[in-house]
Amino acid sequence: MATMTGAKMVVQALKEHGVEVVFGYPGGAVLPIYDEIFQQNDIRHILVRHEQGAIHMAEGYARSTGKVGVALVTSGPGATNAVTGLTDALLDSIPILVISGQVPTFMIGTDGFQEADTVGITRPCTKMNWLVKDTANLAATIHEAFHVAFSGRPGPVLIDIPKDVQFANATYVPKAEARPSHYAPRVRGDADQITRLVEMIEQAERPVFYTGGGVVNSGPRASALLRELVAETDFPITSTLMGLGSYPASGKNWLGMLGMHGLYEANLAMHGCDLMINVGARFDDRITGRIKDFSPGSKKVHIDIDPSSINKVIHVDVGIVGDITLVLEEVLKQWRARGSKTAKPALKTWWAQVNAWRAVKCLTYKGSTKTIKPQHALERLEALTKGHDRYITTEVGQHQMWAAQFLGFEDPNRWMTSGGLGTMGYGLPASIGVQIAHPDALVINVAGEASWLMNMQEMGTAMQFRAPVKQFILNNERLGMVRQWQELLHGERYSHSWSESLPDFVKLAEAFGCKGIRIDDPADLDEAILEMIRYPGPVIFDCRVEKHENCFPMIPSGKPHNEMLLGDADTQGVIGSKGAVLV
Amino acid sequence: MNALNIKKGSSSHSAYELRDPNGDLIESHTLAVLVANESGVLARVIGLFSGRGYNIESLTVAEVDHEGHRSRITVVTRGGPAVIAQIKAQLERMVVVHEVHDLTAEGPAVQRELALFKVRGKGETRVEAMQLAEIFRAKVVDSTLESFVFELTGTPEKIDAFADLMRPLGLAEIARTGVAALSRGV
Ligand SMILES: Cc1ncc(C[n+]2csc(CCOP(=O)(O)OP(=O)(O)O)c2C)c(N)n1
Ligand SMILES: [Mg+2]
Repeated sequence: MATMTGAKMVVQALKEHGVEVVFGYPGGAVLPIYDEIFQQNDIRHILVRHEQGAIHMAEGYARSTGKVGVALVTSGPGATNAVTGLTDALLDSIPILVISGQVPTFMIGTDGFQEADTVGITRPCTKMNWLVKDTANLAATIHEAFHVAFSGRPGPVLIDIPKDVQFANATYVPKAEARPSHYAPRVRGDADQITRLVEMIEQAERPVFYTGGGVVNSGPRASALLRELVAETDFPITSTLMGLGSYPASGKNWLGMLGMHGLYEANLAMHGCDLMINVGARFDDRITGRIKDFSPGSKKVHIDIDPSSINKVIHVDVGIVGDITLVLEEVLKQWRARGSKTAKPALKTWWAQVNAWRAVKCLTYKGSTKTIKPQHALERLEALTKGHDRYITTEVGQHQMWAAQFLGFEDPNRWMTSGGLGTMGYGLPASIGVQIAHPDALVINVAGEASWLMNMQEMGTAMQFRAPVKQFILNNERLGMVRQWQELLHGERYSHSWSESLPDFVKLAEAFGCKGIRIDDPADLDEAILEMIRYPGPVIFDCRVEKHENCFPMIPSGKPHNEMLLGDADTQGVIGSKGAVLV
Repeated sequence: MNALNIKKGSSSHSAYELRDPNGDLIESHTLAVLVANESGVLARVIGLFSGRGYNIESLTVAEVDHEGHRSRITVVTRGGPAVIAQIKAQLERMVVVHEVHDLTAEGPAVQRELALFKVRGKGETRVEAMQLAEIFRAKVVDSTLESFVFELTGTPEKIDAFADLMRPLGLAEIARTGVAALSRGV
């Protein structure tokens, strides 16, 4: 077996795991690893502008490919800058591996230059982390790290490697020869529980599928099976923000997203159902609203790979722990073997009710010929990019919710948004990570101007690595979502929700060497979007939109699903002016 | 325009649901957690408790299998049934955790704790302390003319009871190990 330095082992192990790209930023404590990166051509290194950017890029890469994303940072500030991204990946269950440099082992604990207790700081925001103090254990730790990041409920892992460990020599242990990991989460669902679910499917009169990011994480086969099950049962289906694309937005059973800014029909179906089948979602508070009034009349089934997700927030009648792909296979097998039965006449009545809710057309908004309505901008973006090989990332705020409402996703892994942590500054770097993985695709970050500024330095990365990402900024010159809450919940006291002193985005684009586009007239929208799509490099698109638009529907926090606000009109006693609407 | 009909100027509304959903029957549970004996493991387990707001009433940890690199953490925690189930599930899914047993729920278990008591006193009270120690089968492990150190093993309740008796008799210091527990039977 080969003897080599710890630094070389890192590169060797990454290669062994099929890593093609590393997002990183150098510094004293990782120089030996950078030296090894320099001396090879198999792994591409993307030099970011801020370590937070590297982590979000790795997340974007992971979410759009289904592979583990890898980032490399130096000790101290490099590692602390990674914390937000790690937490983001933890909450959204994204498999990434972060390698951080550390001061040499003999200096640990002395407050050495750029020393931080990285494993201590990142313990609560990683699925697992390791400080490797002996080069002999390094390769095995990297193998274990990939295994942990990817298995069970995926998540971020971190390996902290002191500089002397990078320099020292030891034998490289290939993956096949490393001690097998004891970490082996259960993937096969309990057959009896699955039978109970099948019986419930057969009897349900008002069923709904409530799906989440777990379906995406389980892999494309899970989405394919979900589609079969939905088609054959003819049950309605809704999804969380995280799960969009597992079932196609064009599918006939699609109710749209549910939750705080979810669709009326989706939330009322959840509220009124008699059988809720949760597939890989986690009853987040943005979904449930007031717990005690959550879907009061339903039996609930929860399929999840993480046993701690079951009965955490909502008590369920049947909990099935397992990998969604395997569980859905078994559900389909059993249900088909018993004759593929459903309560058809009752379902017909249920669909009539669901269609009546759909007829409310909850996404209705007041159109304008003078100002660009953000919803309209997204409808045009959707229409003009539909045929493309398209990936969407977002920042966090109103624009994110509108993107989820107005863009349609036909496949999983096409929609990258910070769901659990709600990290402003996620979208731009994530879009670069996606673009690096899919160089020929059309990658668009739907952004708010405030979020976008949080990691705008990464435009430099996009330029350097020729990532033609499109930054579609819905610029309302407001921290829009904050402003909306202040309007609705804090007596219209708009405390610090202005985006004051914004840069000139077109000049900013020029400064970065990319293309800038600004529009404020709805008449120019289509042509400008087409120009953005046609341009072969990165674009910063400053779309000046209506400043005081609110995002509806909205279930105010702590309210049940059936107390949803449908629009400004709701509060003024006027029912949506449907005629003036562009849908 | 004011969607929730909140009076202009009001700020009594929180954006979040602030009620405690876990107001149910609270009881103590003793959990045995078998973990890999690696650095940082205890911090991870304790971090789970502090990070998610669970209680720790007592915690002991020591290596129990040197070859197999296993340590056993015995933690006594409090909560309603849903919280206890959640704590167990959260522990079980941790990468470093091999096994979790709720000894309170899984059947009868023996629980023992060791404690040392330093009692200062002269004359009458000193004699009385000594007599009570005998009744409790506490051992004298150190003595001077003006003090004893008693060693007592027993359930946490027994230790509490002994401490209560010693307090008026000059109890100066207590050191307790926390609970070690095993299920009864095979
Ligand atoms: C890092 C971070 N800080 C603060 C917040 C709270 N927050 C949520 S949305 C929002 C405003 C976002 O403004 P913008 O990006 O312009 O989007 P808009 O809502 O206007 O579409 C803020 C401040 C957050 N989610 N993330
Ligand atoms: Mg804004």
